[in-house]
Amino acid sequence: MNAFDTALRVQGIVKTFPAVRALDDVSFDVRPGEVHALLGENGAGKSTLMKVLAGMHRPDQGRIFISEEPAILHSPLEAKRLGVVLIHQELSLAEQMSVAENIFLGELPRKNFGMVDWKKLYADAEAILQRLNCDFGPQTRVEDLSIAKKQMVEIARALTVEAKAVIFDEPTASLTDQEKEVLFDVIRDLQAQGVGIVYISHRMEEIFRISNRISVLRDGTYRGTLETVDTNEDEVTRLMIGRSLDTSRGGKVVSTGPVVLKVENLSCGDLFENVSFSVQAGEVLGFYGLVGAGRTAIAEALFGLRRLSQGKVVLNGQEITITSPRHAVEQGLALVPESRKEQGLVLGMSCRDNMTLPQIGNLTTGPFVSNGGEIAIFDRYRDLLSIKTPGWRQLVGNLSGGNQQKIVIGKWLAMRPKVLIVDEPTRGIDVGSKAEIHNLLRELAADGYAVIVISSEMPEILSVSDRIIAMYRGEITREFTADEVTEDNLVQAISGLS
Amino acid sequence: MAEATLTSNRLKGLGGTLAKQGILIAFIVFMIGFALFSEKFLTSGNVMTVIRQAAIVGVMAIGVTVVVIGGNLDLSVGSMLSFSTVLVVDLHDKIGPGEAIAVMLVATLVLGALNGFLIGYLRLNSLIVTLGMLSAIQGLTLIYTGGQNVDISHQDTTWFAVFGRGQVFGLPVPILIFAVVAVIVHVVLAYTPYGRRVYAVGGNPMAAVFSGIRRNRVVACSYLISAFCTGIAAVILGSRVMGSQNNVGQGYELLVLAAVILGGTSLLGGSGSVLKTVIGVLILGFIQNGLLLLGYAYYVQWLVTWVVIILAVWLDVAAKRGRLFSPIA
Repeated sequence: MNAFDTALRVQGIVKTFPAVRALDDVSFDVRPGEVHALLGENGAGKSTLMKVLAGMHRPDQGRIFISEEPAILHSPLEAKRLGVVLIHQELSLAEQMSVAENIFLGELPRKNFGMVDWKKLYADAEAILQRLNCDFGPQTRVEDLSIAKKQMVEIARALTVEAKAVIFDEPTASLTDQEKEVLFDVIRDLQAQGVGIVYISHRMEEIFRISNRISVLRDGTYRGTLETVDTNEDEVTRLMIGRSLDTSRGGKVVSTGPVVLKVENLSCGDLFENVSFSVQAGEVLGFYGLVGAGRTAIAEALFGLRRLSQGKVVLNGQEITITSPRHAVEQGLALVPESRKEQGLVLGMSCRDNMTLPQIGNLTTGPFVSNGGEIAIFDRYRDLLSIKTPGWRQLVGNLSGGNQQKIVIGKWLAMRPKVLIVDEPTRGIDVGSKAEIHNLLRELAADGYAVIVISSEMPEILSVSDRIIAMYRGEITREFTADEVTEDNLVQAISGLS
Repeated sequence: MAEATLTSNRLKGLGGTLAKQGILIAFIVFMIGFALFSEKFLTSGNVMTVIRQAAIVGVMAIGVTVVVIGGNLDLSVGSMLSFSTVLVVDLHDKIGPGEAIAVMLVATLVLGALNGFLIGYLRLNSLIVTLGMLSAIQGLTLIYTGGQNVDISHQDTTWFAVFGRGQVFGLPVPILIFAVVAVIVHVVLAYTPYGRRVYAVGGNPMAAVFSGIRRNRVVACSYLISAFCTGIAAVILGSRVMGSQNNVGQGYELLVLAAVILGGTSLLGGSGSVLKTVIGVLILGFIQNGLLLLGYAYYVQWLVTWVVIILAVWLDVAAKRGRLFSPIA
């Protein structure tokens, strides 16, 4: 044990963004040689806290201590110099450069005339790689490495300074089971060297395997810290979502509408294989699984964005082949994509123009766009979805996330689709608007739409779906009705355990 | 995007107005300056001359505006102008004026279609494709003429003269053509489904595709429009000169792009308008004319034009970033 009680400690952190209080009086610490897991739903404030710890955000209030020394972190570089390093979920390496250059990027060793001292660079890098038991050399180009090994490079980069605390953000999201074991070994080594580890993950089984303590955030507030050995998944979940997980939604009706969309044995490269399911009018079918399990790929394939390698798609009793998004739209399919700003909206266009975009070719009098027709559509869906905007001229980019998402949903409802696919309906949306969008999806089903919802958030999928399909590595592992699903069996199904 | 709103709000007051309307303000300052130093500058005769001369660049720039709003570039219009002018002038005596115009327009559209296919359907980088086309079409023109200049023999009797030299209701025909093309393309961009799609594709190509818009077709069509406008410009130019050198359009691609940028159409795509481009064309025309009237050699224009363009681009990005100087983008 080190002489210090904590490697990293924060006290009373408050961070507000326009429209949201992301962190509200959060205190948290990690001891040297400890793995401290940080848990919370999406939007609970984990990423914000992590960015505060790593010097990417300045807190509005509160204090940070590194080895019990008060610290003010102006930048990630400063945080790193003081010994706090963040290992990103999305790797940030220069792909075309060598491993060694990446490890020492920005502080390459120099010799005379400012030339790079390659010998020293490779030797230093080699030493760090050995410490991590890596089986690749410092001269390897990063682009030739697997994701897991890239992650090792990222960790190696953290070790160029005397790290006191290392923050891992969802490190296993894209690792295989074997690669995961290697990572856990590295984490144990770091622990043994007295480094404090902050471990952020959604995966309960990992957290219970490697952590010493677990802290939970909910809606930006600190909900408590538990000793891992004294607790169980139920208790942690209760802290996370604020209630015992009951999936009751009240007044759930089992759908009796006709089957609208039926797919059989869909396969698409190595993204998904032999996927069969059907959706009825009046129901919400949920797709749940980890990122990369193939849920989004299925939606994109149905919408003509990916070519199917095999399988049959039957819409209202007729077999169809979808060749392009345009074609999918004409067939009556609608996709609210997972990335609202990149795929869903033209941010520089007005609310109205975004909403009428898919059907602009039909909204005409003679060769010209019918202004009245457009405004009529905008008004109808603004009222139906209670979109808050000063007027139709308002640029979509200036709306809040929730209202932006409603514009995307409205744009597709205005097409009167046969099947509405919603991918991550509430990503990056505040808690209030979330509930509103969940209700909206329920109402749409009640109005007779066939709705498919894809989500990575368990509470979301449980509260909106009539049936849930669990996916693991491109295959459907299990289908649940709302009555038989529990958090446990759902987690098992998406981890390939059932 | 919340971020962008914040930054644009940061530029308030005089500085903000300056940055946002900078081009118009600079234009007015220029006009007043020139008018003070040269009494000829603001006479209706001189103004007409400027607009008439600007009409060729103007018609081309209107077509290129559509391409740029769609998120691409078209640098091939310079040598396309050479090609089309040579073709229409050469065919004039051989097959007659009407037929020459028709054949030339079809040939120009074929070139535009090639641009459109490579950039729209094969999704190649527009800068590289049109830069290559710039040189390829110049080569094509020289192969066609064998290096000889072409001209029209009976310049005084052909009705072809009307496009470059004629007047209707006291207005030079090139100005009328410029105005008509501007109005038509403006209406297409502002009031038709196609126009809306161009803005969507330029603003966010991914979201456009996710909305069921056929991006390939929209982009390809923008190059057809650009080529057609260049064809019209070639009619004006051929008719005015009644002959053509092989490289008559050389350098026009930059003047055209300069006019589009000066007007304030963003090279990133998704915003801009024909109206802005018309203003850009006029600014360019008046600056060049003013400098000539003040007695500067014609090559001084090149330098001044460059300064004005850099200034315009700077003010444009400054307005977006919310500050004039920025260490990071």
